[in-house]
Amino acid sequence: MSNNHSLLVEPDVLSRVLARGKSTGAEFSEVFVEDKRSTSAGLDDGKIEQVSSGRDRGAGIRVVKGETTGFAHTSDLSEKGLLAAAEAAAAAASRGGGGVNAVALNAVVRHPVNAIEKWPDEIAKRDKVAILQRVDSAARAVHRAIVQVSAGYGDSRKRILIANSDGVLAADEQVRTLLRVSVVASGDGGMQTGFQSLGHTIGFEVFDQNDVEELARSAAQQAVTKLSARPAPSGSLPVVIKHGSGGVLFHEACGHGLEADIISKGASVYKDKRGELVASPLVTLIDDGTMTAEWGAIGIDDEGHPSQRNVLIQDGVLTDYMWDYLRARKEGRRQSGNGRRQSYQHLPMVRMTNTFVLNGPHDPNAIVRDTKNGVYVAKLGGGQVDTASGDFVFGMTEAYLIENGEITEPLRDGNLIGNGPQVLRDIDLLGNDFAMGNPGTCGKDGQGVPVGDGQPTLRVKSLTIGGTAA
Amino acid sequence: MNVEVPELQAIADRIVAQAKAGEQIEAYVGRGGETSVRVYEGELEHFVSAQSDGVGIRVVKDGRTGSAYAGTLAESAIAEVLAEARDNVQFGTQDEFAGLAMPDGVEPVPQKFWDDDLANYPTASNVDLTKDLERRALAADARVRSESANYDDGWGETAFATTTGIRTSGRANSCYVSVVTLADDGDETQTGFGFSVGDSPKDFDLDKAAREAADRATRLLGATKPATKRTTIVLDPYVTSQFISVLSSAFNGENVSKGRSIFADRLGEQVAVPFFTLVDDPTNKLAYTATDIDGEGLAARRNVLIQDGVLQMFVHSSYSARRMNTVSTGNATRGGFAGSPGVGCLAMQVTPGAKSQAELIASVGEGVLIQEVSGLHSGVNPISGDFSTGASGMTIVNGAVGAPIREFTIGSTLQRMLQDIIAIGNDVDWLPMRAAGLSLVIADVTISGS
Repeated sequence: MSNNHSLLVEPDVLSRVLARGKSTGAEFSEVFVEDKRSTSAGLDDGKIEQVSSGRDRGAGIRVVKGETTGFAHTSDLSEKGLLAAAEAAAAAASRGGGGVNAVALNAVVRHPVNAIEKWPDEIAKRDKVAILQRVDSAARAVHRAIVQVSAGYGDSRKRILIANSDGVLAADEQVRTLLRVSVVASGDGGMQTGFQSLGHTIGFEVFDQNDVEELARSAAQQAVTKLSARPAPSGSLPVVIKHGSGGVLFHEACGHGLEADIISKGASVYKDKRGELVASPLVTLIDDGTMTAEWGAIGIDDEGHPSQRNVLIQDGVLTDYMWDYLRARKEGRRQSGNGRRQSYQHLPMVRMTNTFVLNGPHDPNAIVRDTKNGVYVAKLGGGQVDTASGDFVFGMTEAYLIENGEITEPLRDGNLIGNGPQVLRDIDLLGNDFAMGNPGTCGKDGQGVPVGDGQPTLRVKSLTIGGTAA
Repeated sequence: MNVEVPELQAIADRIVAQAKAGEQIEAYVGRGGETSVRVYEGELEHFVSAQSDGVGIRVVKDGRTGSAYAGTLAESAIAEVLAEARDNVQFGTQDEFAGLAMPDGVEPVPQKFWDDDLANYPTASNVDLTKDLERRALAADARVRSESANYDDGWGETAFATTTGIRTSGRANSCYVSVVTLADDGDETQTGFGFSVGDSPKDFDLDKAAREAADRATRLLGATKPATKRTTIVLDPYVTSQFISVLSSAFNGENVSKGRSIFADRLGEQVAVPFFTLVDDPTNKLAYTATDIDGEGLAARRNVLIQDGVLQMFVHSSYSARRMNTVSTGNATRGGFAGSPGVGCLAMQVTPGAKSQAELIASVGEGVLIQEVSGLHSGVNPISGDFSTGASGMTIVNGAVGAPIREFTIGSTLQRMLQDIIAIGNDVDWLPMRAAGLSLVIADVTISGS
């Protein structure tokens, strides 16, 4: 097993590699080293289909000269392999110039990660697949309409090491454990689906702390309930979003638009809006990579800087954007711990971590009671945003009609569509029942990174519901 | 196979040769590289030059399957991967249908996947080309700004071997350029994009990519939100391609055998209008996703999915075929050495009709031209068939394109949309997606807006 106390590459080797990266006159070089072991197991149709193991190990080297970033990666972690990649990155960033810079690294900084009780690679595979069998049994027991259950288990243990020519030397060990379950129910009106997932940045103890049978039953119940669902209405209506299910709304409606790389290219509706009221005064929006055990939690970001809690919107006023190191360096300000990448094969970008809205003053039950007619969304699927116009969509996978202040009939799946700045202003009721939501994967420029989200129950005065009922 | 990769094939052969009695082994060995250039406002923003390799191994014994992969071809790592895959076998549930594909005698259709012009293309030229593309996009319309211009190419070599006697290797390369634009009008900003793909940079149509990027960004300026109504929609080829791709999972034999397809019990039935024919044909070189072999090493082939509106067949890997007591249709999919085979359509195409998009719009009279959709992954449920996506486009008034509209959704079900098709265009566009595009006219769709 990996030794927690050794580095993936020795500091003196890193210094030489960084110096080679700068040898064509570049002002910045960086080495990102990763060693990741992962296990996944899938259950479908009552059978454990297969257990699979993966190993990804390598380094990405970034060299910056002027406006240009050169990048190369290698799976060869020997000094020879790293130097060759550094030369490739240097050549990519530069055509000419010269000079050699010595690189002195600071003492290694290790950041406290979550206290891991049960390292995933020390748990028997038999115990991992047993979780899937429990999920299958629990889901099938809910109702005879359940015709299919599939479940997936995944864990990973990833060591990273980052060094750069500004002297940064930092290491982290990131553990993730994930369980997801999809259920199909069949009835007179066709088939319906239910989905639940659970993911945390801790080890196998996640299953001591969470009830997997309950997770399975919830997914099954969702599918069964939707068998009697009617088509969702069409047009604009008030929408109440259940706590812990709608953080993706903020991720899409404004999170991406607050990323400094998008801001700097003028591709965000939130450009030049710092200090301005951009949301209902009820809204305080946070991005927090330090949130223990949540899916987007990281000890350090993938540029070697400690994660932190960043206030993006305070009482409706835009306070700051999210930053990666390079862009912050250029602007002469502090980075915010948001430089992340999918793997050593990818360049870092500004990315969210755990993005959520803090509690408001309202009683969640009263929010429903105060809504004469509308839609209650109990579970949202994924979403997508155009940051320049602010238009976004997200899917509702469990939703109900609200009639005369009461939650009534279930609705079939559909998308909701809105405009980010408008929706932020239209949040007129915000509950006091904050909860984090399901683990998510955020895609940007072809890279996926794990993110979390959360919010209390809230109401948006008006959203467009993409139903089929005229 | 037109080009063999003996070095990788030897690695795959060596792995498979280690099989013990009663054990099936499959080895998938891959190596590849990419170049990625991004230009912003005339400056080179990044240049990525990268190579990677790896191996994936599956072991089947007594009806149980285990697998493992590693992102390296180091000998010691390969031994570890084989040991891990073997260890994983014991945790699988015994499945009478588990197993590797068997050679089926179907010969692959030879195609050209490697272009020496691309392999020898000088680095400096792709930077200049990308800058040129950005300049052309900016020149196309004064309201247009750049978000980025990109050149990407990639090459890959793979070798595949099984104890059942499948043995194949090959290499491929490809390239594309794209440009992302922004257009402003007062406080409003809209985004556009354009792209061009080719076997080598000689094939690029930079002017078309630039023009489309400028047009997409500017055409939505001043767009309004339409009123909620039922209407006829014309899907642009780019949107049809995405719509057909979503439909793909309904033909997936594994989904069918596990009760997850809207078409499960409908073989031989009229699932679409009688003038709708849909084929999956990866042997057609025009298709962006054309291939000669599938994810299990069998020959890829032409399959007719829907003929004159009647559902003809489902697509299969060897596993899904055994589950349904039939044979593989050469439709195993695979996401590189780290992935295990799945099932899927490889290169879908709707048989074109006779009219141009302009003629279709004229015949529709009143409706909406859908030029972009968003949230297909969140708003379409291929198991229930519920269909709802965000959309933008143009109104169709008196048989002509009218004003821009945005921030609305289109909703129906997959089942109904296939029965509500009223015309098919002749404007086939071999887009870089899993399905070719063409204009498609669908009646009675709900538009949700204000």
